[in-house]
Amino acid sequence: MNVVRRMAQWNELIHPDRIHGSLYTDRSIFEAELQNIWYRTWVYVGHESEVPKANDYVVKSIGPQSVIMTRDEQGKVNLLLNRCSHRGNQVCSYERGNARSFTCPFHSWTFANDGRLVGYAFPDGYEGQDRAELALGRVTRVESHRGFVFGSFAAEGPTLKEHLGGAAETIDRLVRTSPEGEVEITAGFLKHRVKANWKFILENECDGYHPAFVHTSIFGVADSMIGKLYGGASTALTRDYGNGHTEIDLRPEFRKRDLPMSWFGTSEERLPDYTTRMKAAYGDTAAREIMIDGTPHVMIFPNLFLAEIQMFVIQPLGVDDSVQHVTALQFKGAPDLNRRLRQQTMGSVGPAGFLLADDSEMYERCHRGVLARNPEWVFLGRGEKRERRDELGFKIGHVTDEVPSRGIWAHYRKLMEAA
Amino acid sequence: MLSRESSATLMGAVTAFLNREARLQDEHQYEAWERLWTDDGVYWVPANGANIDPEREMSIIYDNRSRIALRVRQLMTGKHFTQTPQSNLRRLVSNIELIGEHPGGDIGVASNSLIFESSLRDDTLWAARNEYRLRLVDGDLRMAYKKVVLVNNDKAIYTLSFLV
Repeated sequence: MNVVRRMAQWNELIHPDRIHGSLYTDRSIFEAELQNIWYRTWVYVGHESEVPKANDYVVKSIGPQSVIMTRDEQGKVNLLLNRCSHRGNQVCSYERGNARSFTCPFHSWTFANDGRLVGYAFPDGYEGQDRAELALGRVTRVESHRGFVFGSFAAEGPTLKEHLGGAAETIDRLVRTSPEGEVEITAGFLKHRVKANWKFILENECDGYHPAFVHTSIFGVADSMIGKLYGGASTALTRDYGNGHTEIDLRPEFRKRDLPMSWFGTSEERLPDYTTRMKAAYGDTAAREIMIDGTPHVMIFPNLFLAEIQMFVIQPLGVDDSVQHVTALQFKGAPDLNRRLRQQTMGSVGPAGFLLADDSEMYERCHRGVLARNPEWVFLGRGEKRERRDELGFKIGHVTDEVPSRGIWAHYRKLMEAA
Repeated sequence: MLSRESSATLMGAVTAFLNREARLQDEHQYEAWERLWTDDGVYWVPANGANIDPEREMSIIYDNRSRIALRVRQLMTGKHFTQTPQSNLRRLVSNIELIGEHPGGDIGVASNSLIFESSLRDDTLWAARNEYRLRLVDGDLRMAYKKVVLVNNDKAIYTLSFLV
């Protein structure tokens, strides 16, 4: 198959129960993904709480592109491309700060933090030039849901609400863990690089088949309750929300335990301040339900993984070069819970994390593995014959079934074929 | 203020300690390395700079003594796949300085290290500034605190699963 023919015929590479190994390793496919996925669909960029005050900014990304998320003087959140409109130099070299404007060090062009060009050196050489034409580039559409800011380079297409679809509810569920209904991203990010294709990461986030094996070393020594959730007898579920969004729904197991905060391996007694605040905010009954159900384990396509106690943002840099940006979720009005979330997050994820060091090892070995081309296919058929629908019509399966991978690839194919 | 003679003796003992620690790490002698710690040891590898607040911000490693033990136990299972097979390692430790005495008598020590790691993924070079608080326990030096500031800790880094 030559590349041109292959690009046109995604249905040859993506079947309901198997996908072609070259999808992870072919450079021309990676370039096509940047155009058809990363520079078109809604991509998570940052959280409003990272720029709390007027003129705050933080540097984020969409794929390999550097994006400055600013809060301008009017309080509006902007996603600006970190590229001077003159010669392309990066106008911002710091990861975060507070600035009304960005001055390019190359020829001193200065841009307001809403993107407007406000001045250039020796302006007499630009007589008659309309400055509005020379603003910083921006991400075409910006929308947020519960403080999570997404951007899309497509001028038209589904709204963020349409894109999130059924998965929007998981974010709504997440923020209810805060007595004030808000997530805050304030603990800084660990940046974990892997020499592997980004889709190995994407698929693994809701793969409930691997934990019992990949994480056996830590489950065995840490006296962890997590292992059981992913066992053969578990009642937890995998779910495909459509649009590539997938979930591991652990609530059936936590509801069986019927113990508030058991989802986080702790108890009301150990978090008295949090418990009091939750009951005051939601009432005894609803607070108890929230504290039993715990936070979601959901992968918002293509790059936002809400992983119960932490949040990952997946960034593809090249066909075999990806970064996992990860931080502890922090809940407004929950200082005692937040401290434990930071401690647990530091132990489990990032480059030296008890869990993620092993996950990342699998990503890299898989990437090298699929370079071998016999068999050509990656088999994703687990649980296909026992898939069923939940009461809202979403596909569900056993926690170890490959419902999420199949959902991701079905959506991927749709995006790639639409190009 | 230490006399010249006792300072030289102390420097010799500290240098020997750091060299020994480096060898135990390079050779994956996990339990022997763990025995170098005091009961209140803190092992800290910050991210995003040298002077973040580890109680508020993410660190690559921020282990209290029980978490150091957990880290070692995970390595000892032989199923911590990122270290199965183990990385091949050699490190150089240099620029050793005594940087004062802490309240309670702990000895402040600083060093630089350059670590060559060869793993399944690739060969990786790591560089760090290390700060220690060492304590004499029953006549032997022990680590009460080790902080490892990777030169590139503000960037995206590969898996760091050997003992740094």
